[in-house]
Amino acid sequence: MEAVVVKNLTKTYGKEQTVAVDDVSFSVNQGELFGLIGPDGAGKTSIFRMLTTLLLPDGGSASVDGHDIVKDFRAIRSSVGYMPGKFSLYQDLTIEENLHFFATVFGTTIEENYHLIKDIYVQIEPFKSRRAGKLSGGMKQKLALCCALIHQPTTLFLDEPTTGVDPVSRKEFWEMLKRLKEQNITILVSTPYMDEASLCDRIALIQGGKILSIDKPDNIVNGYPDTLLAVKADQMYRLLKVLEKHPDMLNSYAFGEYAHAVFANGQMQPEALESYLHAHGLSGVEVLAARATIEDSFIKLLH
Amino acid sequence: MKQFLAFVTKEFYHVLRDQRTLLILFGMPVAQILIFGFALTNEVKDSEILVVDYAKDNASQELLTKIGSSRYFKIRQAALNHKEILSTFRQGKIKAVVVFPVNFNEDLLHHNKAQIQVIADATDVNTANMITNYLSSIIMDYQNQVNKTLKMPYRITPEVRMLYNPQLKGAHGFVPGVMALVLMLVSVMMTAISIVREKETGTMEILLVSPFKPVLVIFAKAFPYLALSLVNVVAILLLSVFVLDLPVKGSVPLLFAESTLFIITCLALGIFISIKTETQQIAMLISLMGMLLPTMMFSGFLFPIENMPVPLQIISNIVPSKWFYIIVKSIMIKGLGISMLWKETLILLGMTVFLLMVSLKSFKIRLQ
Repeated sequence: MEAVVVKNLTKTYGKEQTVAVDDVSFSVNQGELFGLIGPDGAGKTSIFRMLTTLLLPDGGSASVDGHDIVKDFRAIRSSVGYMPGKFSLYQDLTIEENLHFFATVFGTTIEENYHLIKDIYVQIEPFKSRRAGKLSGGMKQKLALCCALIHQPTTLFLDEPTTGVDPVSRKEFWEMLKRLKEQNITILVSTPYMDEASLCDRIALIQGGKILSIDKPDNIVNGYPDTLLAVKADQMYRLLKVLEKHPDMLNSYAFGEYAHAVFANGQMQPEALESYLHAHGLSGVEVLAARATIEDSFIKLLH
Repeated sequence: MKQFLAFVTKEFYHVLRDQRTLLILFGMPVAQILIFGFALTNEVKDSEILVVDYAKDNASQELLTKIGSSRYFKIRQAALNHKEILSTFRQGKIKAVVVFPVNFNEDLLHHNKAQIQVIADATDVNTANMITNYLSSIIMDYQNQVNKTLKMPYRITPEVRMLYNPQLKGAHGFVPGVMALVLMLVSVMMTAISIVREKETGTMEILLVSPFKPVLVIFAKAFPYLALSLVNVVAILLLSVFVLDLPVKGSVPLLFAESTLFIITCLALGIFISIKTETQQIAMLISLMGMLLPTMMFSGFLFPIENMPVPLQIISNIVPSKWFYIIVKSIMIKGLGISMLWKETLILLGMTVFLLMVSLKSFKIRLQ
């Protein structure tokens, strides 16, 4: 069953009609962990805000749990959970007070749905009388997730939940999401971090308000059409310059401690590139055949 | 109902945990009452006046003692000519000069009327008015006293009557005025930032994606400030009764009921501002500048509305504090009841309902 259906959704802002979301369509199955992956300004937040009925679309339609986002906005508001990108709880209320407040606003109690948040809440419970404003980034996210979950939402919208959170807390956060999936809660999550994409069931790569590709992360990676080589040399900056000049190369970019060089499928062997680089006076050259990541796929789609 | 209570509790936490808010909420009214009550009083005490007595007869001496025995004046005597009087004024110490003509007593005896010249330093119009009024009433008093024993009454000065406030006590006018001003400022400002704060911190975004209703938010936001403002009313009244010696002549419950109504009007106004603005700073600015000035000018508490040009008089009608000022003055000082104040009460009630309706209408249920 499809929990979220989006059809040709469009959103423009201001008098200049800046297009933030451009004819976007996708659907999310019940109980799925769906990721919207894209850089800042790609339109992720606008899509989330339209789906949570905070913004009206300028074109197209969408439904959440069968409720239309324009007509049945009240029904959506009481059934979904939403965690905005910016930490949006009451900073001057304690953990416990925040949680209690949101439970009551949704007409429920902490006790009633404690099983949903238990795993997360026990981690922040020792600080329950501390004010939310005084919590660390990771703890704030956990509290925000608890508050979004406390009314047992059917669908959970998490807008960049891991932005500004340390790597350990990020990893923990994704583990929590996996456990929530087991409770049959549909989860839509957006993130600018490509490495988090592989943790989703399905992802939509989004850029400039348009969806570039929707598939399982593995399929996207496996569908990478070109030969990808990871290159390292003592002089990284010169390496990039030299790579750029290679006549057969399709694209090259820095990727962590390596540079990724893209060639048409089967057109280049690591050894051949290595000798080419040696010939251009680079030392300490190391060339490996690399497996494409989501980021490589994303860059490919952008070109 | 549970939702409402949770919301109200949350609002109370916001207020009580923010020391600056608390300071404004309770510090300002007390400070204002004391400042206006004591420091800025326009009561005339120990004003130095110069008496030039050309007559030096029985009547002038009697009248002089009478003036001197009042606590309002300190008398200096000197025999000066007209020019010298003017130069003494320029030194600025003398507030007024009283001149007895040469034949003061004789004029009284033979013509049954005499003149006394009172010259006041009118650079401060209010003080000058007050001093001349005081002097006139003292002279009147003397005249009455003398006339009891005479068949042909003496006439010295025109009659001056001070209704309700015979000694022109400063606090009389100020307490209702400060009450209107302070309640207006505190209630409007506090609520004005309350909703816009949620917009600014982003909590409104989560609140919107929840089953709450705008009515609930508006009332829950207003409730704590209503309670706290009522505490303020109690504080102001206690100060005015025990510190400024100004008792409440009329019914205290009525005064509280009217204050509650006025506070709700102000809260509705604050909520309206809060809904219409996007940042706390703008909301604060609008409520401070937009409320302070009209309240000061148009409530009739510093400047009499009757003396204003007609367009301004018309504008003054939309200032809620004008009506509240009239109500408080009538209850506290004149001791009037609701039968005399139903019109003002209805106007405030109308304003409140209107503001609440408009607020509810313009409450954005979405982000844009």
